[in-house]
Amino acid sequence: MLLNGSQIFVEVLCEQGVDTIFGYPGGAVLNLYDELYKNSDRITHVLTAHEQGASHAADGYARATGRTGVVLATSGPGATNLVTGIATAYMDSIPMVAFTGNVGTSLLGRDSFQEAYIEGITMPITKHNFTVRRVEDLADTMRAAFRIAQSGRKGPVLVDIPKDVTSNKCEFTHRQPEQIRTVTTFDEERVAQAAEIINGAERPLIYFGGGVRSAASCQPLRDLVHKAGIPATYTLMAAGVIPYGDPFNLGMIGMHGCYTANRAVSEADVVIAIGTRFSDRVALKPRTFASKATIIQIDIDPSEIGKNVEVDLSIVGDAAYILRAMLPMIEPAKPGVRDSWMAMIHDWQAHDYHPKADPSRLMPHQIIGEVCSQCGPEAVYVTDVGQHQMWAAQYLRHAKSRGFITSGGLGTMGFGYGAAIGAQMALGREQRVVHFTGDGSFHMNLNEACTAVSYELPIITVIFNNQVLGMVRQWQTSFYGKRYSQTDPHRKTDYVKLAEGFGLKGYHCENLAEFQTAFAEAMKRKGPTWIECVIDKDQKVLPMIPAGCDINDIIMD
Amino acid sequence: MQDTVQRKVVSLLVENQSGVLARVSSLFCRRGFNIDSLTVSATNDPTVSRITVTVISTNERELEQLVLQTERLEVTRQVFVLDDAKALQRELLLLKVAANVSNRAELREIASIYKAKIIDLSPDSMIFELTGKPEKIDAFLRMFEGYTILEQCRTGVTALERGGMHQHMQKPPQEIRSAQLPLPGTSCPR
Repeated sequence: MLLNGSQIFVEVLCEQGVDTIFGYPGGAVLNLYDELYKNSDRITHVLTAHEQGASHAADGYARATGRTGVVLATSGPGATNLVTGIATAYMDSIPMVAFTGNVGTSLLGRDSFQEAYIEGITMPITKHNFTVRRVEDLADTMRAAFRIAQSGRKGPVLVDIPKDVTSNKCEFTHRQPEQIRTVTTFDEERVAQAAEIINGAERPLIYFGGGVRSAASCQPLRDLVHKAGIPATYTLMAAGVIPYGDPFNLGMIGMHGCYTANRAVSEADVVIAIGTRFSDRVALKPRTFASKATIIQIDIDPSEIGKNVEVDLSIVGDAAYILRAMLPMIEPAKPGVRDSWMAMIHDWQAHDYHPKADPSRLMPHQIIGEVCSQCGPEAVYVTDVGQHQMWAAQYLRHAKSRGFITSGGLGTMGFGYGAAIGAQMALGREQRVVHFTGDGSFHMNLNEACTAVSYELPIITVIFNNQVLGMVRQWQTSFYGKRYSQTDPHRKTDYVKLAEGFGLKGYHCENLAEFQTAFAEAMKRKGPTWIECVIDKDQKVLPMIPAGCDINDIIMD
Repeated sequence: MQDTVQRKVVSLLVENQSGVLARVSSLFCRRGFNIDSLTVSATNDPTVSRITVTVISTNERELEQLVLQTERLEVTRQVFVLDDAKALQRELLLLKVAANVSNRAELREIASIYKAKIIDLSPDSMIFELTGKPEKIDAFLRMFEGYTILEQCRTGVTALERGGMHQHMQKPPQEIRSAQLPLPGTSCPR
């Protein structure tokens, strides 16, 4: 049938199973929005306050479900406002397709009004990007974008569509979406070799990251942990894959990971790294990282093998397939064999950092503990970036593989509200979504509150207000002689009044009892809520291993 | 790991479309790879271009990363490091030298020893054309230290391996996976 570019745009979105997109209209995408208007029964469009919020929402949508997040913005400033969101998704390998309008093809390259060369701008922060110059190429380019976003190591793809392409007509034929492509083949000999090393290990440790979630290999991983009886530690990107309370769950590793996990990796004789990239926030000192261990690395991206830390045995492929193939070769945990290793771990756990309760003031771990108690294991938690993010990672009782949504690689302050909107839209309003933020991060994108109000999203935002930019200030305390350069903004924001101004409910809490009441009330509300928690500005995130250091330099108090 | 400075030639077969060179060079720049020369040319397949890169590599790991990172690009079909023993490398030089009646003869002497062609002769200058291995070009240029070079242009290395079709390093085969995308409203299997 003969369709114009905008009709093709909607048809291909539907063909790809897209039912929700996030975006913001503008001149170059008027035709697309006109078609979305006519198809509002097929595609829900969520209008945010700012394109950055829309890009984080698409990202949050993808993280919450594993499906591809879709964002649409106009040319020029609309497109450039997506950049932080796309880079955030790229660093964490999140499947996302960003569509941008552009000026008509005849005006391209002439510094036209609201023109930006977004293809060039986003080249280093996308898996791939396209400019569609002919309407005949639109459908297949969009299909390719969705395929690339979900194939292999996932990531964002951008499709730039000049305005005339959205109005020109061509023949269109429906096609079934392609299946996800992944590397199902792998070196079987190496898998056998890995199994042999694991079976012979005395002090084995599994260290896994976000790739486990992307590969949908959470269950095979849990099976491996339990069958072999191997303790496991996770990166920030994989919190929740092994639930809180599992005896083999050692907690998070890295700069603000627990002592036990960091100590275990330095003492282990075999480390099995799965879907993780030995980033500088985990392998803080690459030369001494897991230095006593034979390292086995499983990753879908060959360029990650040995990129930061030299490994002894690598298996390139999809973790789900590799782990499933490996499982039958793994000998079940024999009683007694690793008792001394587990005893060492239990000893470290007993001496690990445990925050002390203080009834006189609000403490981050108490707030987080209270939230978990009231929400139960099914809640989804979203964070911004900074101290509150690390506290959330440390103290939440993670119970779901996709229950913790956070910007890891890029560390994007202002990520949270948009991502929470995306997660809530993806999972429905019955799903409890809690957004943890700090006063610094919150001020970056709190404008998205209006979006949560418009769409009646029951997001509960817990603001850790320490009056300062806490994480940077903590570094200034520890490493810059307490010279607090630009981390004390003296803001006078009244969160309760500001919330009212946006049309939502705000609470101010200074002690745990107040917080308990406020949170319980927030749980009953239909729309969004803010709960400001006043905490001490000298509260640190502990433990901490300073950048470039190792377990021997850990700061515990 | 040997930390010796080596010149390596990497051959990339990429899709022949606009913006490919920008993608490749942006990647090299972003990852901090040290590029000595880069050439782009058509191949016998109109959908494929060949980019030949010479890299000053200090260690194997860096070279390996260059290959692996380049492979990640969607436009990349194949990437391989040429085997020094089998690779034929050629470069083209155009060199304009100030020349007059007094030194024309000696310049012609140099050209004939190196089998360089004189492709332009003007009253006060000459242009030489020379094809050869990069080392030969370097040696030829050293002969002009005492003369005035007016302009110089080198194409950068282009290279092929001897013998039949090269057994290239290939992207891992992407098999279609049986699993479907999670359905709307559902999460990753728990």
